[in-house]
Amino acid sequence: MKLKAELRTGYHVNSDKPADEYLIPLKLTWAKEPLQTVQIVYPKPQLEKYDFSPSPLSVFSGQFEIVTHFKAPPAIAPGPAMMTGKLRYQACNNKECLPPRTAEVTLSVDVQ
Amino acid sequence: MPKRIAVAAVCFAAAGLVWTACSNGVTVRAAVKAEKDRKPAPEFALKDADGKTVHLADYKGKVVLLDFWATWCAPCKVEIPWFMEFEQQLKDRGFAVVGVAMDEDGWSVVKPYLQEMKINYRILMGTEQVGAIYGGVESLPTTFLIDRQGKIASVHIGLDRGKEDFKNDIVRLLDAPRADFRDPARGLFAFLTGAR
Repeated sequence: MKLKAELRTGYHVNSDKPADEYLIPLKLTWAKEPLQTVQIVYPKPQLEKYDFSPSPLSVFSGQFEIVTHFKAPPAIAPGPAMMTGKLRYQACNNKECLPPRTAEVTLSVDVQ
Repeated sequence: MPKRIAVAAVCFAAAGLVWTACSNGVTVRAAVKAEKDRKPAPEFALKDADGKTVHLADYKGKVVLLDFWATWCAPCKVEIPWFMEFEQQLKDRGFAVVGVAMDEDGWSVVKPYLQEMKINYRILMGTEQVGAIYGGVESLPTTFLIDRQGKIASVHIGLDRGKEDFKNDIVRLLDAPRADFRDPARGLFAFLTGAR
């Protein structure tokens, strides 16, 4: 499943692995059921230089996708199901930062 | 046999939220306002790193640089060394820097940063309520310069001013005649002695 995100021009979010320990990473988490999360793959981060930082930061900007691989547990009943997740992110532009936010993500699936 | 999963729909609120949040990111360029246009800085009571309750009123008569910041805010960290320098250079003239940390995780993340940076001015732990009475503080850094009368002389959102601009504004406020020097009796005394 690809989760597509788009940021407003001029803004970035920290990647899933920011270099600075104080920066808040982008993090997607899913509920433990009905599907099992096998792997979450973040895009390759961009190393961008900003006026406020002496060294490049590991960020995502523009449009990007986060891919999640799910698997259906053996006991799951066929039919429609709903996965819920949370995306934690913190955005900045070249001069200011916005507070961290957590967005709800829902995924409708049909188990066949 | 493995079950097949067909993705029916993805509802992704995050991108919209980013857009919404980002639309609040307005950079304001502001210099020191004329005295008649200044409004009183809202009073607050916040805890410092030692657990002591600090009120804005504790700084009555001083020029205060009130800086809303967070450890996760990289632009905020550009200004912190400036503010440390201002505190050191100007504290004897009636100036104080007060940092208000807006970290959700509280002192557990802020205290290590204070020690790492050896911050020489007082840091308080912010609350949503205090952020709200100061206009929401949607973006960080947000910095208020408060005059000796406790009124907001300027507001700076984001890195909109350089170090020297900040310092000039502070010195201007420090050099402004104090309110208690401008009462009618004082003016009369100055007139009679020719000390104008």
